[in-house]
Amino acid sequence: MKLSEQTSQRIDALLAQAVRPREVLLVALELAQKECNYISPELAASLAERFGMTQADMEDVLTFYTVLHRAPVGRHVIRVCGTLPCAMAGSDGLVEHLSRELGVEPGGTTSDGLFTLHQVECLGLCEQAPAMLVDDQPYGKLTLQRVSEILQDYRRRSS
Amino acid sequence: MTMQLQLIPPQYTVQSPEMLEAYRKRGGYSALEQVLGRNDRKWMLDEVKRSGLSGRGGAGFSAAMKWSFMPAEPSGPSYLCVNADESEPGTFKDRHLMERVPHLVLEGIILAAWAMRAERAFILLRYEYPNCRRILQQAIDEAREAGLLGQGLMGTDWSLEVVIRLGAGTYISGEEMALLETVEGNRAWPRQKPPFPAQRGVFGRPTTVNNVETLACVPLVIAAGVDEFAAMGSGKSTGPKLYCVSGHVKRPGLYEAPMTVTLKELIYDPRFGGGIRGDRVLKAVIPGGSSAPVLRPDEIDVPANFESLAKIGSMLGSAAIIVMDETVCMVRAAQNTAHFFDHETCGECTPCREGCHWMRQILDRIENGRGMEGDIDLMSDRLAAIEGQTICPFGEAVTWGLGSIVEKFRDEFQEHIRLGRCKYEAWQPAKEQMA
Ligand SMILES: Cc1cc2nc3c(=O)[nH]c(=O)nc-3n(C[C@H](O)[C@H](O)[C@H](O)COP(=O)(O)O)c2cc1C
Ligand code: SF4
Ligand code: FES
Repeated sequence: MKLSEQTSQRIDALLAQAVRPREVLLVALELAQKECNYISPELAASLAERFGMTQADMEDVLTFYTVLHRAPVGRHVIRVCGTLPCAMAGSDGLVEHLSRELGVEPGGTTSDGLFTLHQVECLGLCEQAPAMLVDDQPYGKLTLQRVSEILQDYRRRSS
Repeated sequence: MTMQLQLIPPQYTVQSPEMLEAYRKRGGYSALEQVLGRNDRKWMLDEVKRSGLSGRGGAGFSAAMKWSFMPAEPSGPSYLCVNADESEPGTFKDRHLMERVPHLVLEGIILAAWAMRAERAFILLRYEYPNCRRILQQAIDEAREAGLLGQGLMGTDWSLEVVIRLGAGTYISGEEMALLETVEGNRAWPRQKPPFPAQRGVFGRPTTVNNVETLACVPLVIAAGVDEFAAMGSGKSTGPKLYCVSGHVKRPGLYEAPMTVTLKELIYDPRFGGGIRGDRVLKAVIPGGSSAPVLRPDEIDVPANFESLAKIGSMLGSAAIIVMDETVCMVRAAQNTAHFFDHETCGECTPCREGCHWMRQILDRIENGRGMEGDIDLMSDRLAAIEGQTICPFGEAVTWGLGSIVEKFRDEFQEHIRLGRCKYEAWQPAKEQMA
């Protein structure tokens, strides 16, 4: 997998402003992931070279940060909060419901490649518990019905 | 122009944030004008000192004191890191600030950077805050356009760049020594202190880490008046404060109040939490995020500030007030918190890494009805083995947070072990609203 010319240029622009290249590494990885879905070994290797890092160094970063994916994920990543305020508001029930509707366990990706489901820690949306994030979109005060509607919306939009 | 002593005017929302023009109308950037006009760093530090401004990131450390550790005559660049990693369970105040009043945050950053002679401010923003990222970037662009950032800003010979950098889904990145590593694009293993950030921070340069809310207070200190700021609140808890109220209250939400407000008011007063949902009985309150020792209902009639909560053995922390009513199983609450800690420990120190894992396993088995005689003492031993033995304060957070639940609700743990089951109902999502 190779980066598009456009993303490549954006990374160059970031690098040009950086005090040291590593300052923009996480931003660049996120851009790359947005475009390529995940950070494949080849992509990691080419970015490591660009940032003057060893492969081991890159591996160290990729394995540490949980939002960086090293294997393909669904087109939409669903992150349901499972931390105390959301847990008390029934987030386990939401995850079970999503698991059933999608036919995957948390951590898994649907066979049509549309969704990946994760249970994560506090998303900073606790006043709207239970809450989740689908890609960049926050959703709060969720009920089972609302979750099903949201899934339907994403399915409709992608068909 | 003077500003009102208020962080977030309620009319601003994430859909309609306060942008430059509106911010100027409430006196925005007049503090910056005043400070640059005087061109006297000592005066500014004195003002911030006199205001009593304490850090809002968790520890309540004096902002002026922290800034004074930065070199007065640096031999190279100095940096400011804005801690926008907000990941303490129950905390969402910095998100509200960045989404709703981005220029207040930005002016605070510029003022603090000027006071410390910093030439670059890194906003370390958690990945899960995309709206903050978009809105902050708009504010930065507006400010640059208006000559409030960049080379020779506002006619001075000083230059400041403000850049947004990303955390990537780990709680530990918010710990200041780990934050330095994250900004440098390394795995976020906290560095040992000393050296302190003001000596060797980002890329080895003098650096100060401040919380978003701390910085948002700075324009108010200057433009609303240092005496007014110092007069609001009490002791070292001065100025306006944001409280994140979540859990079983009727009105969960973000509330701004002076730090004379009590926990009880924040939970029961109709201006704030409005009481317990369904008028049930209160069982427990965590007053400052998961690291803050839990309080019982008879302990909450205290001002929600740094000193008062410390005096009763807890802490204000991130001002995340998690309210639990009588339906809550405290073993399950502890179990959930142990899962959080076990997931988020960075693993650098053995006592923390293993202690978190032990706690999770023991609490899992007690909650699942397989607890054993002696498990409660075992937990106390495991927690005691962490305290004071770790590189960063995460270790103490685990000890205090979990230890307090086990200690104050010991009966419930014993009952689970005795009965061999949990007698509380599962936590269910709310039923659908009938149309
Ligand atoms: C495990 C851990 C996580 C932390 N997370 C945050 C955070 O998300 N945001 C924050 O501002 N401070 C956090 N802190 C506190 C910071 O280390 C630091 O004290 C704070 O950013 C200083 O800012 P202040 O002086 O303006 O309060 C955390 C501390 C620890 C031990
Ligand atoms: S105390 Fe825990 S979180 Fe902090 S450095 Fe040690 S292992 Fe990491
Ligand atoms: S606890 Fe779920 S968003 Fe904070």
